[in-house]
Amino acid sequence: MKIVVCVKQVPDTAAKVVVEDGQVTWGDAPLVINPWDEYAVETALLQQEAHGGDVTVISVGGEDAKEAVKHALAMGCDSAILISDPAFENADSLITSQVLAAAIEKMGDVDLAFFGRQAIDGDVGATAAQTARGLGWPAFTLVSAISGLDPDAGTIQVERSLEEGRQVVDGKLPAIVSVVKDIGEPRYPSFMGIRKASRAEIPIWSQADLSLEVANPAVTWPEITNPPKREIVTEILSGDSPKEIAETLVEKILEEQVL
Amino acid sequence: MMTNKIWVYIDQFKGEAIPASWETISAAQYLTEQYGGGVTAVVAGSQVQEIAKQAIQYGAEEVFYSEDSTFDEFRAEPYASLLSGLAKEHGPEVILFPTTSRGRELAAMVAVDLKTGLLPDVTALEVQDGNVVATRPVYAGKLLSKAVCSTRPQLITLRVRAFPTPDLDDSKTGNLTEVPAVMSEDDILTKVAGYTESSRGVSLNDAAVIVSGGRGVSNNPALNPPDGMDESQVEIWRAQEGFKLIGELAEALGAAVGASRAAVDAGYIPYDHQVGQTGKVVSPDLYIACGISGAIQHQAGMRTSKVIVAINKDPEAPIFRMARYGIVGDLYDVVPALTEAFRNRLSS
Repeated sequence: MKIVVCVKQVPDTAAKVVVEDGQVTWGDAPLVINPWDEYAVETALLQQEAHGGDVTVISVGGEDAKEAVKHALAMGCDSAILISDPAFENADSLITSQVLAAAIEKMGDVDLAFFGRQAIDGDVGATAAQTARGLGWPAFTLVSAISGLDPDAGTIQVERSLEEGRQVVDGKLPAIVSVVKDIGEPRYPSFMGIRKASRAEIPIWSQADLSLEVANPAVTWPEITNPPKREIVTEILSGDSPKEIAETLVEKILEEQVL
Repeated sequence: MMTNKIWVYIDQFKGEAIPASWETISAAQYLTEQYGGGVTAVVAGSQVQEIAKQAIQYGAEEVFYSEDSTFDEFRAEPYASLLSGLAKEHGPEVILFPTTSRGRELAAMVAVDLKTGLLPDVTALEVQDGNVVATRPVYAGKLLSKAVCSTRPQLITLRVRAFPTPDLDDSKTGNLTEVPAVMSEDDILTKVAGYTESSRGVSLNDAAVIVSGGRGVSNNPALNPPDGMDESQVEIWRAQEGFKLIGELAEALGAAVGASRAAVDAGYIPYDHQVGQTGKVVSPDLYIACGISGAIQHQAGMRTSKVIVAINKDPEAPIFRMARYGIVGDLYDVVPALTEAFRNRLSS
């Protein structure tokens, strides 16, 4: 099995992200692998353990995206490719998916490519479906379990987590899979893995390496701001008994006319 | 046949329209004030003529509908090919979708087919110089971004509950046009083998009221667990007892049940319920947080709720700083009292 996992580097979820002078900043908080993508790496490694083959982690981004890639290597991926080009700097999801599709085609004979459900910075959540559509592969998005995978027969069965419940879907390889948290807790990098990752040579592919010429991004972000401050006056309710406090709260809620 | 510039996609599940689909029509009507013309709706399924008629009643002037067995269970491929084909033929300026998992995936694929941009999970719209300027929360709502798409059509998914539901007028009439499916079953790369509906009642995504539990739900030493449980089983058992109380309050309010990441990670409740940066981002009218401390990641998922109520033993819990009403107390005492008080008041 030839497995790919696509990751992105983002500010840590605990970071206090704010806009200062029109620029997004997160202070001293570290850049980390997108938390959703850790589940994708875990899933890729589990499938490799079950069916053999190798796992390559790829990321589109500048030099700083190396840390996300190294985290995936430290978790156990065999090799990494960083896809970096000034032309991709303000890429929207369509361009990112074109770049990833071109990289997957260049690698050749890929059976499965895993993604996290969305990146926690832009919250777009379209890249997996768009990469699949570009490649003409089936897209299994929001997957909570891989219930069947037969590399010899070239078939896969997954469970998808949707608003109304779980959908079981069959399809053929090669395929794109985006995963949700239910798929299983990601492993911690091992000491050996961290050492291996720190020494890894990470090749960089440019637009020319992919024989691509991407258009200007269709989507631009002319303005980014801090959300309006909530003017909250917190009223702490008290009373002689839970019953009394509860009744006070119910009256307040009814006055708010939100029911 | 009309060729309106503003289109909406009506999402349906098992032959019933998802209510958020109608919200796209009110947003579309706002855009027609700038772009002119009326609203065209598109819907597909195995039997969707009734939904097509409803779309007219909610304000669409024209509906393209497609009925085919390939649309029986949602798969993005045949739906995307249908919608992309119609858009290529008629050239709309804008297509609006509800931000359901189907709507988001469909819009993503149509963007590839039409080589255009996608603006997902949008909470506000305006029009400047012929372009839609969309407001969308990023970094899980920690920031707000304006986004513009320079290509056509502009594909926009609207956050559920961000736009009003238009009034239903059953005297309205419009054009219903049936269109054929584009893909045959043999060309579709995926097959749906089965479906299990979740038993969790009201869905978090479109809930007007949410009652959420955190790590604190297991914190009731007074409860006597059954014999023979080890420590971690006791913790889970206590948590489930706690979530029963939360479930009862939710039932009394017709609310959905949410949870903090801490509660999900501890195994108290399935991930489907998680509210926060790595869970669901929700925006109900009323959010009642029980035993939730209010970590920044949780705040990111519920900060736009209209009225927030916090119930926590710890008066220093950060959740109180974002709550309109706070109760410092044990949720095991407060939540059942609240359930009873709401039942009494709402039934009278």
